[in-house]
Amino acid sequence: MSTLQQLTQEAKALANGQWAPTEAESEAARQLQICNACRYCEGFCAVFPAMTRRLSFAQADLHFMANLCHNCGACLHACQYAPPHDFGVNIPQAMAKLRVQTYADYAWPAPLGQLYKRNGLTLSLALAAGLALFLWLAQQSIASGPAENFYSIFPHNLLVSLFAPIFLWAVLALAMGVRRFWREITPATSGAAVTAPAAAEAAHDALRLKYLDGGHGEGCNNADDEFTLSRRRAHHLTFYGFMLCFAATSVATLYHYVLNLPAPYDLPSLPKVLGVIGGVSLLVGTAGLFKLNLQRHALQGDAAQKPMDLGFIALLFVISLSGLGLWLARGHSSMPTWLVVHLGAVMALFATLPYNKFAHGIFRTASLIRHAVEKRQPNPIGLGND
Amino acid sequence: MGTDVLVIGGGNAALCAALMAAEAGASVLLLEAAPREWRGGNSGHTRNLRCMHDAPQDVLVDAYPEEEFWQDLLKVTGGITNEKLARLTIRASSTCRDWMRRHGVHFQPPLSGALHVARTNAFFMGGGKALVNAYYRSAEKLGVQIRYEAPVERLEIENGRFVAAWVGDERITAKSCVLAAGGFESNREWLREAWGQNERGEWPADNFLIRGTRFNQGVLLKHMLAQGADPIGDATQAHMVAIDARAPLYDGGICTRIDCVSLGVVVNTEARRFYDEGEDFWPKRYAIWGRLVAQQPGQTAYSIIDSKAIGRFMPPVFNGVKANTLPELAQKIGLDVDTFMQTLNDYNAACRVGTFDHTTLDDCHTVGVTPAKTHWARTIDTGPFYAYAVRPGVTFTYLGLETDDTAAVRFGGVPSDNLFVAGEMMAGNVLGKGYTAGVGMSIGTAFGRIAGTQAAQAALAGARE
Repeated sequence: MSTLQQLTQEAKALANGQWAPTEAESEAARQLQICNACRYCEGFCAVFPAMTRRLSFAQADLHFMANLCHNCGACLHACQYAPPHDFGVNIPQAMAKLRVQTYADYAWPAPLGQLYKRNGLTLSLALAAGLALFLWLAQQSIASGPAENFYSIFPHNLLVSLFAPIFLWAVLALAMGVRRFWREITPATSGAAVTAPAAAEAAHDALRLKYLDGGHGEGCNNADDEFTLSRRRAHHLTFYGFMLCFAATSVATLYHYVLNLPAPYDLPSLPKVLGVIGGVSLLVGTAGLFKLNLQRHALQGDAAQKPMDLGFIALLFVISLSGLGLWLARGHSSMPTWLVVHLGAVMALFATLPYNKFAHGIFRTASLIRHAVEKRQPNPIGLGND
Repeated sequence: MGTDVLVIGGGNAALCAALMAAEAGASVLLLEAAPREWRGGNSGHTRNLRCMHDAPQDVLVDAYPEEEFWQDLLKVTGGITNEKLARLTIRASSTCRDWMRRHGVHFQPPLSGALHVARTNAFFMGGGKALVNAYYRSAEKLGVQIRYEAPVERLEIENGRFVAAWVGDERITAKSCVLAAGGFESNREWLREAWGQNERGEWPADNFLIRGTRFNQGVLLKHMLAQGADPIGDATQAHMVAIDARAPLYDGGICTRIDCVSLGVVVNTEARRFYDEGEDFWPKRYAIWGRLVAQQPGQTAYSIIDSKAIGRFMPPVFNGVKANTLPELAQKIGLDVDTFMQTLNDYNAACRVGTFDHTTLDDCHTVGVTPAKTHWARTIDTGPFYAYAVRPGVTFTYLGLETDDTAAVRFGGVPSDNLFVAGEMMAGNVLGKGYTAGVGMSIGTAFGRIAGTQAAQAALAGARE
């Protein structure tokens, strides 16, 4: 369709209060209509069972399903309609393109959704700004005397005053975004309330990355049609590593304020144990995810999102590496450098948290919960020959 | 050193043969005519395997004993089958799945919309292309050499023994050979010639669509028949279903089928009904509608439903033509409005609606209209109305090479020592006509495995001599 025609149609649709689909939405709906007439992939993941509960795909259905897709690639390699077939079915790619659109659409405040357009650049600029900030602060303090520990470079209260608002902002922005997403997809997914079994199942599926197991337990696809568990494992190392690091920081905060035990901590103190295990896990996990991302089959997912994905993974890698470096360099003259890098990277991560790849975990969890709720409702489509 | 076993073809039967031969210790070369992205022939479009079982087995519920399977086959083929080979296929279907799993095939419970075959058919997770991918991976691991874009044009055969195969100017020798290169369904000229001209002066096959691969041109089949291999089957017999007339010429696959026939009426281009749409459950009748439509003028018909049918059948890949009234619908699909309305009014007046239940052979039927609709006959009266144009879709042809329980190719009744056949190239031994879901894969798997074993034996025995 020509652009003019499309614009005219969109304008008309808007005037009528109808939904004017974006290119990513039209494409996902087109492909799902083909899939729904085939259904061979039903055993792989949650997307296809969700699809069979529908005869057509409106915007909210598409947004819900796009975030249900884990880009495991199983359906791409199994698809009789995948390119070079004229039907050109590539669900992982169509869903990936739509997914990033939903991150931008639901971002809060809305204008900042634009940051997804060139997310690699966003992350780079955020990192540069974070590094510049801490370099400048470090210069201020080092000028006043030698560095004994990191609080002598950056006083605790200074760090709290910098990170607390940024962190709270990130939490608020993510919560606002996912709240709007949730409100949008709930009526499209039966509207029923979340029950404890549904929540438990969704938590299980999210925390175990069930939908990276291929449906048969041998894993997802990456470079080719062979199944591999390496992406699932690398993601586990990354996610749980990140959570351990986060736990380390949280415990340290308690130590500081409640027990009046300021950092630095040594092994075998709890913050240190959590931090070291988490840091190493994050380091290995992100290295694995980075490598797997580079090796991924060209058709699996959206190549345009590589900067967003790789940038995010690299940022986490830098954080874990510099965090471990900071520990090992204690008392060494390079310590302030590690500290600046670490704090700059952490700042960049949190400042962009609602506008970077991190959002995938929030939106996907929301979709998994709605799927777990919806699948417990009677199927609205009653195919006669069942 | 030359290859022990040459396998010609790259679909399910060829892969089963290659895997069995490799497992038996033979060196194997597999020649696939298609490029890698189109490999696997029609197997990539399949989704399940019809399996005999005497008790529930993982994804298969209840039992499907040998005798019932045999009776089903006898019924659909109208007796045009070889009982010995049919029973061999049936028995093999009960034991092959563990072997398939070992080569990476995963099974899953039946798909939604296909629960009616939960008892008889084991579904491949991800469908046939996932199975084909698994077999290729396993074959590569077993050291099978695979060449794509290697169509075999002819063989050298001496006194019924395979000597060499020719791919372009290249001569490839092997100690034994398995032919599993498919039927001739992709060859439009051959189909045209086989179906000939009808009493209306039409060439019916010109209006056929091919549901599967474009690579089954029947080159090797034609060559073998010319070489004097014993033939089996009728060139017009095939697995044919009525599919959406807008389907692509090749590779439309499963999604182009139209599953609402039994929920409405079907009229031809003269706007007249021509067969009982409610004769039996659709899964038991879908395979006859390809031929039924092939006999209609223009080889085109229209499945007509009203809004009551929406959501009761597998959603079609293309949207139907939609209209708020029946005359408008007739106009939109280009049928004579008066005749169409006469047909629909006659049908509606003839409906004796009892308790509609699409899951049983219900009591809704017609009285005093020809042809009758014997089940699920409800008046077509609730707009909007929908029409789907259908044309015959050929899945695969049954003309092939006669064989026996060793899968040997036969010349003048004498089985070859080292040339074997499997898959569509010999399915006509079991399927003289008709079809029942999943049996093509049962035949391909059974005879592919036999052919591979026999070919390895022939090659390795020859090597010892």
